This record gives sequence, C-alpha cells and structure tokens, in this order.
Amino acid sequence: MKQSVVVLDAANTKECTSENIISVTKKLKDGGNRLITLSSADLGDSIDILYHFDLDLDLADIRVNVPKGKKTPSIASVYPCAFLVENEIKEHFGVDFDGLPLDFAGMLYLDEEVQKTPFCKIGINRVETQKQEA
Amino acid sequence: MARTVLPFGPQHPVLPEPLHLTLTVDDEIVKEAIPKLGYVHRGLEKLAEIRDHTQMIQIVERVCGICSFLHALCYCQGIEALMKAEVPPRAKYLRVVWAELHRIHSHLLWLGLFADAFGFESLFMQFWRIRERIMDVQEATAGNRVIISTNVVGGVKKDIDKEMEKWILETLVKVEKEVNQLKTTILDDYTVKQRTVGIGVISKEKAYELGAAGPTLRASGIAQDMRQTGYAAYPELDFTPVVETDGDSYARTVCRFNEILQAIDLVRQAFAKMPEGELAFKPKGLPSGEVVSRVEQPRGEVLYYIKANGKKFLDRLRIRTPTFANIPPLLEMLPGCDLADVPILILTIDPCISCTER
Amino acid sequence: MFMTKTVLKNLLTKYATRLYPFQKIEPFKDAKGELKIEMEKCILCGVCKMRCPSQCISVDKKEKFWQVDPFACVYCGICVEACPVKCLYQESLYRPPADSKTMVFHVQEAKPE
Repeated sequence: MKQSVVVLDAANTKECTSENIISVTKKLKDGGNRLITLSSADLGDSIDILYHFDLDLDLADIRVNVPKGKKTPSIASVYPCAFLVENEIKEHFGVDFDGLPLDFAGMLYLDEEVQKTPFCKIGINRVETQKQEA
Repeated sequence: MARTVLPFGPQHPVLPEPLHLTLTVDDEIVKEAIPKLGYVHRGLEKLAEIRDHTQMIQIVERVCGICSFLHALCYCQGIEALMKAEVPPRAKYLRVVWAELHRIHSHLLWLGLFADAFGFESLFMQFWRIRERIMDVQEATAGNRVIISTNVVGGVKKDIDKEMEKWILETLVKVEKEVNQLKTTILDDYTVKQRTVGIGVISKEKAYELGAAGPTLRASGIAQDMRQTGYAAYPELDFTPVVETDGDSYARTVCRFNEILQAIDLVRQAFAKMPEGELAFKPKGLPSGEVVSRVEQPRGEVLYYIKANGKKFLDRLRIRTPTFANIPPLLEMLPGCDLADVPILILTIDPCISCTER
Repeated sequence: MFMTKTVLKNLLTKYATRLYPFQKIEPFKDAKGELKIEMEKCILCGVCKMRCPSQCISVDKKEKFWQVDPFACVYCGICVEACPVKCLYQESLYRPPADSKTMVFHVQEAKPE
C-alpha cells in the first residue's frame, strides 16, 4: 500500500517464529526489500518484536514473539545494518540476540548504574557479566 | 607500519552535537571506526507512559530542534489514523507550508555548517544570515522561532491570513535571490570541489542495503522520497524527488541545495491552491490499536510506531529517526579515507545526534 | 587595486547591523513570550496545571495561590488556550535574564462582600 500511515491489523502483519526469522528475511532481501527498523513492545511475559521492511514505498511487517529469557537469532548476517537497533533493544528490553557482530554489552545509551531494563514493567537484570557481585 | 587509536569527539569544533568515534589510523589513513553514542540520551520514549496522548505532542516536538514540526506532524498523523479523524483541507495545506519552511531552514543550516567544516567561515555566516529571514517568518506566523507548536490532533492551531501570505511570498523572493547568488560560491569553487568530489563514495547497492535515508540515499541514484506516498496535501502538488547519481559528498551537497529551491516552489504552489475552511476537527475518545506512520524530514525518512490500548496513556511509542539509519553508511564510508576528511564525511550525512538518541 | 573600491564602499555606507541596545526591533505580534496572569479573573480550577507538559504550574484552591516556575516553563502556550476564563496571556517579549532562579507567585485576595 503506498500510504504513509498504515494501521496494523492481522491482514498486513505476518507472524513468524524465532527459528524461521532468518530464512524469512533472506527471502525478503532477495525480493529487493530494505530493512527500515525493528520495534519492540512489552507484553508482560514476552516481548513482541516487529520487523519493518520497505519495497518501493510499500510497508511490510513481520511480528515475532519472544518469551522473556529466551535467545533469538540476530539478522545481522542478512542485513548488516541491523546491529545498532538490536543493541538498543537488548539494552532497553533485555532480549538476547545470538550472533551480534558488534556488541555494546548494554552500554550504548545507559550507564552501568542502571540495573534493570527500563522499558519492561517487570525488569530483567541487565548484563550479568558487568556487575561485580560479591 | 604503526597503528594508532585516535578518539574523535565527543567535543569537536566541527560537530554540532556530541558523537564519539574510535578511529584506528594507519599513517593518516583510517582503517576502522567504532561509534559510541549516549551523550544526549533523555529517555523521551519512556515518558509516553506517564503523559497523556495530547501532552505527548509537546514532548515529541522537542526530540529535535531543527525538524521539530515534522516530528509532531508524524505523531499527529498516527493518532488521527487510530481515532479515525479527518483533517480539513486548509489544515493540510498549512501543514505543507510549515513543513517546507522547516526544510529550507534546515538545509541552510547544514550548508552553513558544511562551509564552516572546511574553514570557509564567511560563507557560513552568509548562509545563516539568509536563514534568519525564514526564522522571522516562523516567529511571525507561529509564535516561536525554533519549536513551532502549531499541530494538534485533527489539524492546526493557527491561521495565516492574506496579509501574512503576501509578506511570506515577498520574503521567499528575497531568499531565492540571495541563495542563487551563493550558488557559484559553494558549488563551482575549485577548493570546495577538491575536498568533496570523490570523497566518501557510496554505491547504489550499498546505500540501499545499508538502509540509508534522505539525501544520503537520493545522492546515490535511488529516487525514494516519502512525500511521494501522499500525506498532507502533497498529492495535489507537483513534485518530483531530487536525485543525483555520483554518491560522493559533492553529490549530497548538490542534492540538498536543489531541495531548497524545490521547497520554495512547493510553498508557492501550496499558497496558490489553498482553500478556505476551518482549521481543526477535534476527535472525541481515546486511541486504541497499532499504527506505523512515516514522513519525510529534512534528513530522511522518520518512522513512528504507536501502540495504544484505549486508556489515557500510550502503551508504546517508538521513533526511528533518519540519522539512526545513516550511521551504518557512515561506518562504511570511513575506512580508506584520510584523517583530515573525517569531519567532512560525518557532516555529509547531516548528523542530528539528539534525534538519534532521543 | 581592486580592494580600494570595496574599502571605500564599506567606509562610506551605513552600518549593516543594528546597534543594539540603542536600536531595538519591534517584536512580532503573536510571539510567545513571558507568561502572565490576571489574578482577579482566575477561578483556581487547576486545568492549566493538568495540561502543562513540563508541570511547572502549581495551583491550590484552599490556599488561593497560583505559582509558575518561569525557568521550567517551555512557553508552549497550552495553558493559555486551556484556561476556561481566559485569564492567562503571553507577552511578546521573552522574560528578561536573571541571575538566580525565582518563582512567580500570585495570591488571590478575598473579594470584598
């Protein structure tokens, strides 16, 4: 749809699982799509990640539901520019991405003193390797 | 060959906003660049959980000072789609006028900073003197010079009457004349060309794959501009995107310069076709649902993802600004260039770090 | 030799800039400047406090006072539009600079019976 404002509903958003996401994005890349960004929202006991793609000003979305604490593969092998936004989601929501090429370890925006992920209602403890626990 | 690690930024005379790069240099040729952000992080997305959706317009405007009206426009379009509100036609044309004025002043600001980056200070002052005319227009019509708050959900707050319209058109004639006088100085000068032609080349495929946005994408030959999708009053205005094919810093400069002249033309078309009517239609109720809204800012394409659930506060507000998308192309441009070219390359993507880190 | 013409022109024409503070320009009519209140009309309803995005207004109905922090205010003008009795207004000039942060405090006197 060549519209600038798109209300998302079940018709124009495709669901996908964490395991299939790399093959689905590879198919989209071969079709000529460009990755715009990833958005995420907190759903209580899982995190909803939306992947936004663009082909000739048409928007396409894919939704992935990741339960808290589970890992999900990173699409940086398909689209190398995704590492920056995946770092941001890791820092704010605590989602662990597998295979990030450049990992900021939770220090992209926030300081070391911030102990819990700020955007979740029930925060996850950030980065166990950073804290020097006695 | 000895490799040195140099820190670039966050304070630098050429950078308008703090950005840190760790450069690995091998005898004045840059080999690797690692960015570091987080100096201006204010956490504005988190504020959406404790301010109601009409107060958020004020907060979203203050994400960036240079493109503030367009942030509010994108947000209001998203909320209007969720609440199924119709914007009156006169408000759509007025939004086009203010958006194009923002584009003119942002590109004039960038041209001034770019001239300052290679030491051409008097040209920097000339561009900013022209920009003052646009700031006067913004202050007279909307009340503020920088953060114009004239957007509400459902339309605009202020009107432009016939006398003001005549004065704006006269000011634009003066701006166009003065900008054209400076054209040969910035675009045909031997020194400027030596420092920009062939520096920082991004090929067409790389720019598309890395997700570049705005003039960074259009200067590499891809004609994509969000104004073609037809929000506000753009479907009724005559408009083609400005495209260059070389992909180097000079092409990006030419692209932004031509966009100033195109924006002046769009404002004149909008005033000629503006209908009479009311300014805003206030919808009732609270928004619920998910929406993705996109608008063309001076720096590129901005995306807003709004999730609301019928209550007073929004569930999630996510902003992806164009400078965030232009940082991977910057990290691709830097390896292989001279150390003295690093400030110029950072400036050609038009960095707005306060947008990047909200 | 080419510079002589420019030098003479610069010496003999008027200033290109304005000699502030001896010459000031008129501010624009609708410019959003200092926030002021006409305290007699205020009904102490508190709508301005609820709508303010930077939460710089404090109103108390029992103590009968209205207070604004001019250093936290962003001069957006929402309170001016939201006021039901239109007792708030904005001057055309921005507030003058100060050397310490103070609050603007108004108390409503009891009306004579």
